[in-house]
Amino acid sequence: MIFLYSFLFCGVVCLIGQIILDNTKLTPGHVTSMFVVIGAFLDSFGLYDKFINWFGAGTLVPITSFGHSLIHGALQSAEDNGVLGLLGGMFSLTSAGIVAAIVFGFVFTIIFKAKD
Amino acid sequence: MNKESYKKLTSKIIPKENKVKNGIISFFVGGLIGLIGQIMVFVLENNFDIAHKDATSIMIVILIFIASLLTAMGVFDNLVSKAKAGLIVPITGFAHAMTSSMIDYKKEGFVTGIGANAFKLTGSVILYGVVSAYIFGVIRYLFFGG
Repeated sequence: MIFLYSFLFCGVVCLIGQIILDNTKLTPGHVTSMFVVIGAFLDSFGLYDKFINWFGAGTLVPITSFGHSLIHGALQSAEDNGVLGLLGGMFSLTSAGIVAAIVFGFVFTIIFKAKD
Repeated sequence: MNKESYKKLTSKIIPKENKVKNGIISFFVGGLIGLIGQIMVFVLENNFDIAHKDATSIMIVILIFIASLLTAMGVFDNLVSKAKAGLIVPITGFAHAMTSSMIDYKKEGFVTGIGANAFKLTGSVILYGVVSAYIFGVIRYLFFGG
């Protein structure tokens, strides 16, 4: 059942993004930035954690989970180190994704030629 | 020619996009990626005995790997123009934006080309993500006690 919920959650988030793209003049950059902020906002009240429990890993795939991981890591390290922990723990959960995107992007850029 | 008559003229030529069709396609493509993510986590947890937290990280890294590879091969742009938000909103869009901005500026050199433009599109996602997470984090920490 959790497979269906993952499908539905990720599908609905993408559908909302597509509706915004089609009906406004916002670019994909605007939409993804907006979704990250929304994800961070939802997690500041612990709502996104409930989504993850209900809907499974499908909630970790949309870009909203990037905002969720940022604030989640920050709050986790704030418990140990106070306000300074907010700065130090910001990337603790998302670093794998960001570093993977940078490294793979760079390696593939060197291997492949740009297509005209 | 004034602005309004120009708009009238161009509106005849610009093809109207089918919003319903776009919505259905992005719903199914996005949902499929979410489903693939859930299946990957399930397989990693049950067949390889990897802890749930590590399994989710590996799943995201695999998705990013596939999206970066397809972008560099030039396949992903065609897919994005068909599936639109279905591929842009998931984490694949993040990897696509990063790789495509690197590969587009490859001929301008390693530092002024690839280096300077790597975060051209993903920079705003990281910037607004970090700033908003910091503000929400401070509010949550100071007023609600972590």
